[in-house]
Amino acid sequence: MAHNAATHAPHTLRSYLGRIRSGGARWVSPLVLLLLWEAGSRTGLIPARTLAAPSAVAATMGGMIASGELGHNVLVSLGRAGLGLAIGVLVGGTLAILAGLSKRGETAIDSPVQMLRTLPTLALTPLFIVWFGIGETPKIVLIAVATTFPVYLNLYNGIRGVDARLVEAARAFGLSRAAVIRHVVLPGALPAFLVGLRYALSISVLILVVAEQINASSGLGYLINNARDFMRTDVIVVCLMVYAALGLGADAAVRLIELRSLAWRPTILEA
Amino acid sequence: MNAPIPFPTRPQPVVSLRGFTRRFGSNTVIAGLDLDIAEGEFVALLGRSGSGKTTLLRTLAGLDGASEGEVRVPNSRAVVFQDARLLPWKPVWQNIMLGLTGRDLRARAEGALAEVGLDHRADAWPLTLSGGEAQRAALARALVREPKVLLLDEPFAALDALTRIQMHELVLGLWRRHRPAVLLITHDIDEAIALADRVLVLDGGRIVAEERIASDRPRTLDPALRRRLLARLGVATPEPVETVWAEAAD
Repeated sequence: MAHNAATHAPHTLRSYLGRIRSGGARWVSPLVLLLLWEAGSRTGLIPARTLAAPSAVAATMGGMIASGELGHNVLVSLGRAGLGLAIGVLVGGTLAILAGLSKRGETAIDSPVQMLRTLPTLALTPLFIVWFGIGETPKIVLIAVATTFPVYLNLYNGIRGVDARLVEAARAFGLSRAAVIRHVVLPGALPAFLVGLRYALSISVLILVVAEQINASSGLGYLINNARDFMRTDVIVVCLMVYAALGLGADAAVRLIELRSLAWRPTILEA
Repeated sequence: MNAPIPFPTRPQPVVSLRGFTRRFGSNTVIAGLDLDIAEGEFVALLGRSGSGKTTLLRTLAGLDGASEGEVRVPNSRAVVFQDARLLPWKPVWQNIMLGLTGRDLRARAEGALAEVGLDHRADAWPLTLSGGEAQRAALARALVREPKVLLLDEPFAALDALTRIQMHELVLGLWRRHRPAVLLITHDIDEAIALADRVLVLDGGRIVAEERIASDRPRTLDPALRRRLLARLGVATPEPVETVWAEAAD
């Protein structure tokens, strides 16, 4: 027994340390790359006009945060993405509910939406500039249009995919049509809606990047365009990092919504 | 409450079908069916798949209409389906009270759950229940409405044999306490004989056999009755086998 324990304890300790080391190991190669990048910049292998050094990027970011420049422009961009997304979710959601709940709604709505969705939204940019000028409107409309489709498609499929047996049971217990929709159809379609919302969030950031190239005088796109004109690669990298953070934040937000509103799902229950 | 009326005096039926016919296109599923269920009576309906059982139940549940004939079913009715059909996104107690309004919903749900021995799972998510627990919850959901007619659509078919026996006892207990008229749809002859006052056999959309069982529950199996019902369902059981078995048991 003693012998056994003696050989056993170091083994578990070793595997424990190994776990820590392998957890840390995931960070080793990005860190090495970062150091190589910094070394390349300092020795002049990577000119600053090609790519600024990580230290320079960090310093620029600190300065932009301190001056409020970054915060202000991020808020402007978030406002555009948020407003466009809100309109897209509202329109896509309403259309999906109308098409999903009635045969007449389906014939009236589904085929035109399915046709329109094959258009790449960004190809509409010139048309929107002709219609809405170069102010805020075309940017927001672009985001709204692009986010309408993923919300519509997923929610519509979700509504159509609701378990007919549950609807039947609810009807057998005397629930009105409105009550069936409220208690059975919409909660049943919620997981699909959240998938659509997740797509819509990442699309809104994607469209935001392009939409802000249209003559913006504020926002992340404006910062990037300005930085390009002055070849400030440090500012460009800062903005790219903010875009990445926005994408990650959006995904985390939907995950949080899912955890709270889909708590009944066994996959989440087990986790 | 009146004193129980002794059989065969027939009180006003609570469910009454006259010449009930249901067609889907040119396919007649049920043809000219007459059926009365008395207040508080426990009726079992046996039938093979395709015999029209489900169609009949859907009409009685108000989910489907009649092509012809007269259907009288009180609005005070509740269904227990083969699959419990609880809404997975509502905790058990909210499923019990689905569509009901009023005060003390939670307390009423807990009362109903206690009757089926499930009060400790009031806050559970339905997908975490076992098959037997889910069916108990479905029974509680039906009974909390104090229905005049309780429709049971093969409610125990998906359960294991031991759970099924427990559920039989539970259903009988609940039936004695609440006295709804019960229509149990099943393809299990033993279940029908164990539970019902009257066993009907549905075949090709018609009632082809009717057996009244007056003996007290719990019942010892009557092999002759079982064989008669089986024959009506198109399953021939050779008599000699049973004789041999009986002799061997002596």
